[in-house]
Amino acid sequence: MKADGDILITLAVQFAIMALLALGGANAVVPEMHRQAVELRGWMTDRQFTDMFAMSQAAPGPNVMLVTLIGYHVAGFAGALVTTLAMCGPTAVLAHFLGKTWDRFRDRPWRIAVQAGVVPISVGLVGASAIVLTGAAVHSLAAAAITVATAVVAIWSRWNPLWLIAIGGLAGLTGVV
Amino acid sequence: MSETATVPPSIAAPIPSHAELFLAFFRITLSGFGGTLAWTRIMFVERKRWMTAEEFNEAYTLCQFLPGPNIVNLTSVFGSRMRGATGAIAAWTGFLIVPFCVMLAGGILYERYGDVETVRRILSGVAPAAAGLLIATVVKMAKPMFSSFGPGPVVLLATAFAIGLMRWSLLLVLLVLVPLSIALAWWMPPRSQP
Repeated sequence: MKADGDILITLAVQFAIMALLALGGANAVVPEMHRQAVELRGWMTDRQFTDMFAMSQAAPGPNVMLVTLIGYHVAGFAGALVTTLAMCGPTAVLAHFLGKTWDRFRDRPWRIAVQAGVVPISVGLVGASAIVLTGAAVHSLAAAAITVATAVVAIWSRWNPLWLIAIGGLAGLTGVV
Repeated sequence: MSETATVPPSIAAPIPSHAELFLAFFRITLSGFGGTLAWTRIMFVERKRWMTAEEFNEAYTLCQFLPGPNIVNLTSVFGSRMRGATGAIAAWTGFLIVPFCVMLAGGILYERYGDVETVRRILSGVAPAAAGLLIATVVKMAKPMFSSFGPGPVVLLATAFAIGLMRWSLLLVLLVLVPLSIALAWWMPPRSQP
């Protein structure tokens, strides 16, 4: 985990690009993070990536903090700082500028088309994240059962998601998975 | 906090200072297990009255649609509406400090104890549950789209297929699909079912 300059620059560039491509939120770029970190660069194993995603879902704070874990794993404290700033900084600057001007175009037809065109892509990206993470996390029938049960309960009830995470952890601890 | 909570609705609250913005978002992350959005709304609309419900919804719609982490963008939009660029920085910093420290601690613990048998077992159960939550999110988001006529569902499935199954480059896929989808939405605006 030594933090030499090259790796920090790579992290900064890659995560800033991902932030700008994250249409609809951080979950949209989970497959791209996985592709970069596991498949292209070999920074971590499939299992480590899945663990980190699970931790980011279970911890307080926004899901985007997955990038902090990835950064720390790759390059220690400096890496965590770089990935967090790269992921959360540039788009916040964009939001600052667009926040002032966007409402001016509220009724323009091009704005309505842009919104209507981007929304299905952002949902499709979260769908891709669900596919990738399910593939990485589910290696047994019991694990598949946990995924399906969690999804069903989360769709049709108003339970706090943390209970579902806790039940999954308990099932893992007792050796069901 | 109690004195501002008793302000009658007819009197607009004064514009918060930079320190107030920082502290408001700092507190939101302290109290927010998962529900940071809900707490942001309570803090800004109900307790402090810094924004009306309509202003809040409008800002949130913009952030859902902007690239990048929604809730982080929201801090920037709110801060900048209250106090300009420096207000955005105050709100953004206040919001990120606690989660950053929590995740840093998580990362340190994971590097040290990630291979311990007990931790492995817990995570092997948490990971499929987290995947299940994501599936539920997709289903909830996609539902309204499949109840209207238009190119939306096709674009949605094409995106999930290209990125989730084919694992093509996100940049290339978006360069093709975003203009295509906007053009389709322009010529075939989504219509609700009769």
